[in-house]
Amino acid sequence: MAFIPHTPEDVTAMLAAIGAKGIEDLFDEIPANLRVKSLAGIPEELNEMAIGRLMTERARLDGAPLNFIGAGAYEHHIPAAVWAVTTRGEFYSAYTPYQAEASQGTLQVIYEFQSMIARLTDMEVANASMYDGASAMAEAALMAVRANRKSKSLTVLVPATVHPHYHQVAAASASNMGLKFLELPYCTAEGITLVESLKKYDGQDVTALVIQQPNFFGRLEDVDALTDWAHQRGIFVIAVVNPTSLALLKPPGEWGTRGADIAVGEGQPLGVPLSSGGPYFGFMTTRMAYVRQMPGRIVGRTLDVSGREGFTLTLQAREQHIRRAKATSNICTNQGLLMTAATIYLSLMGPQGLARTAAASHARTRELVAALTRVPGVRLAFTGPYFHEAVLLLDRPVAPVLKALSAGGIHGGLDLGGYFPELGAALLVCATETKTQADIERYAHALGDVMQTARAA
Amino acid sequence: MPAREKVIFEYSHPGRGASDQWPAEPPAAALADLPAKLRRARPPELPEVGELEAVRHFTRLSQLNFSIDTHFYPLGSCTMKYNPKACNQYAMLPELLARHPLAPESHGQGFLACMYELQEMLKEVTGMQGVALSPMAGAHGEFAGVAMIRAYHRARGDLKRTEIIVPEAAHGTNPASATMCGCVVREIPVNAQGDVGLEALKAAVGPNTAGIMLTNPSTLGVFERRIEEVARIVHEAGGLLYYDGANLNAILGKVRPGDMGFDVIHMNLHKTFSTPHGGGGPGAGAVGVGTRLMPFMPLPIVGKEGERFRWLTQVDLPQSIGRLSAFMGNAGVLLRAYIYMRLLGRDGMRRVGEYATLNANYLLTRLKAAGFDAAYPERRASHEFIVTLKRQAREHNVTAMDFAKRLLDYGFHAPTTYFPLLVPECLLIEPTETESKDILDAFVAAMSQIQKEAEQEPERVRGAPHTMPVRRLDDVRAARQLDLTWKPAAQP
Repeated sequence: MAFIPHTPEDVTAMLAAIGAKGIEDLFDEIPANLRVKSLAGIPEELNEMAIGRLMTERARLDGAPLNFIGAGAYEHHIPAAVWAVTTRGEFYSAYTPYQAEASQGTLQVIYEFQSMIARLTDMEVANASMYDGASAMAEAALMAVRANRKSKSLTVLVPATVHPHYHQVAAASASNMGLKFLELPYCTAEGITLVESLKKYDGQDVTALVIQQPNFFGRLEDVDALTDWAHQRGIFVIAVVNPTSLALLKPPGEWGTRGADIAVGEGQPLGVPLSSGGPYFGFMTTRMAYVRQMPGRIVGRTLDVSGREGFTLTLQAREQHIRRAKATSNICTNQGLLMTAATIYLSLMGPQGLARTAAASHARTRELVAALTRVPGVRLAFTGPYFHEAVLLLDRPVAPVLKALSAGGIHGGLDLGGYFPELGAALLVCATETKTQADIERYAHALGDVMQTARAA
Repeated sequence: MPAREKVIFEYSHPGRGASDQWPAEPPAAALADLPAKLRRARPPELPEVGELEAVRHFTRLSQLNFSIDTHFYPLGSCTMKYNPKACNQYAMLPELLARHPLAPESHGQGFLACMYELQEMLKEVTGMQGVALSPMAGAHGEFAGVAMIRAYHRARGDLKRTEIIVPEAAHGTNPASATMCGCVVREIPVNAQGDVGLEALKAAVGPNTAGIMLTNPSTLGVFERRIEEVARIVHEAGGLLYYDGANLNAILGKVRPGDMGFDVIHMNLHKTFSTPHGGGGPGAGAVGVGTRLMPFMPLPIVGKEGERFRWLTQVDLPQSIGRLSAFMGNAGVLLRAYIYMRLLGRDGMRRVGEYATLNANYLLTRLKAAGFDAAYPERRASHEFIVTLKRQAREHNVTAMDFAKRLLDYGFHAPTTYFPLLVPECLLIEPTETESKDILDAFVAAMSQIQKEAEQEPERVRGAPHTMPVRRLDDVRAARQLDLTWKPAAQP
């Protein structure tokens, strides 16, 4: 099975036209010693029926647990229409819209996406997507170096309360360009970044400050004070935001007196399934003044030769296929299909639906925190407001507790031990609108049982 | 094709919405803990439309696209082959979609088994010793590859090696990726037959050489015949060889990059292994390495202990270049590639390279017979080839762009135009193995017809397309009068 439609007669006629005796002749420019002898490590083909069976078995092995893990990927309801339309062949099997006249559908979707994301973040302009939230943050740091011409230090301050994986991706992606990422400590009582912790950078050349809202712990940072501190010192502000939360929380464009300079985030909550981590998409928005420093595709509306409106890729002089070694980024293929799903999702949700999703998720998380902290030996780690995710402290190691819960079909959250050992036995939990009161009770009961068993043992 | 479609904001009515999809409104008290100064003052101005309105709008938009499912799409260097429906259906089983990236390994043995087997199959088909799956596109894989080359030299204390050699015909991503890794790019010419100039290469390599990035078959649509010599020159100078897998479809099952002497490769799974292009992604740019670069592979990678699968981390690979994605990369794309490879099996894999090459050579032969000029007429085509319309441009003032736009009127997506830059007025044509002889014949007929038009009524070709939702767009206006987001005031 290789989806090749040729009949033997076709092959004969084609070889005759070429003047070759066999298909092997077509490879005669390749040195004979380089030709593949065998591919013994590749199994024999399977037909579609057999692959269906295999995949169904594999999927069953992974089960259908009740999930309370968030930590950068969130389980939300996805209307059936989102993927029914997104997987239409005309979206699914098209490519980057280089031929604008034959790609108006994809181009207009990108334009609508740019419009929606710019409005959601209250920024002026958006690109067509990045790989994911983490890589978008790394690209934002590189962009800040280009856009913040007053700073020469290539130094970016990143609070410890930013997703730990985002720290890792930034280091792996941008260190080769000479960027230095300095970690800011957090207040262990409140779980946020305090402006006082920035004082030691007063008077130093700093290029940008990253602020994640809500932060990795789910806690709300004092975004206004942090933003103003940075701007008073000529430091760029890179906002890392959860798009669902923006229906309720202050958008980056309104942070502090002047608003953030660049806003990025993980787009997955907008209609993209969890799917073991991808494909997701990153989004990036900025002010118009910095649009020429942005990486990635950007679509603009223009006119055709007869005066009709149409859409096209624009500002391509920033990109690798034109500028090569001098491009703003090497990004080419991005996450078009996920961006399409998100545009449909946002259209179905609208301002009201997204606000309800955010509010319901937050309400469920508060119920979850209330129920779990009633279990003896469980308490909330930090004081102060959080959004749809919170850190709990247990009076015993987290790993065995999670393992016991998992055996009962509950994924109880993320063990923070490997990331923040200073917190002790810390567990990051999340509930979204997908969780019912019964689900929350089931988790609280199971946790109570596990904790009691552990105590008795 | 249907006429243009309104922008979704133009359908919006305050208070309308797909309310059946929304959760119940929680009591206001549920938000009482969120301080006012951190709250949003006004709701975001998203469109307010009903579900049917949204479905119709986006369905109509889809109908304004060319796609593989609807049209022949011979876009050179992009491998626009059929994306089997089974790959999509079985990658979207509910358990696979619902799995959280940080879920315990105990609830991921099915998924991890697929990923492990994918790594193993990719190793076998490319002749490499290790594979990491997390890069999320070809350019992302290039970045990973060059970063590994840098890490390798650094680990040996060879800090001067920061120069990456790239042939002038290379994809733009090659020099851009090298730059992002902090390397200096040095371009070298190719000779009249399309091969890398060995003298130029010898002159370019030295103690600063980190490596060379090559596509083979090259972007000129021909196989680099002296690849072993190239490998010897670069290795003897202390550099490493990077294989850009953009054109892997040409040699799948026939020749392996590892056997040609490459130290590191990336594969575009959305090309060779037929995962969808999605209107510009998601891709997947898995990387493969030889023994020397194994310690530096990006994380995470799937390992196997006995019968159980687990993620390998920094503890297992302390010299890794690190993490390139928030989780493990484009898992759903990787699943589609896995399913595709299992459907094809070892014989199917070989047939891909064979029939992609057969189709390209047949199409080249037919076009030459119809009077078109091949850029490299003495060479075999690989899975793609270049036609140059320099003559047509001179004689009739009809350019490659004009031909490309006119092809749209005939129901064919245009080939890649004006790439590689060193061939004037070029069309880079890649038919792929999944197209039938009938389609190829029809494409030749359309090209011949356009040639006739170029001779008899050239303005018809210069003014193309005539049947698309829009005619040629004013790109200068687009860049000068930037209209990047919809605003009500801008409406006529």
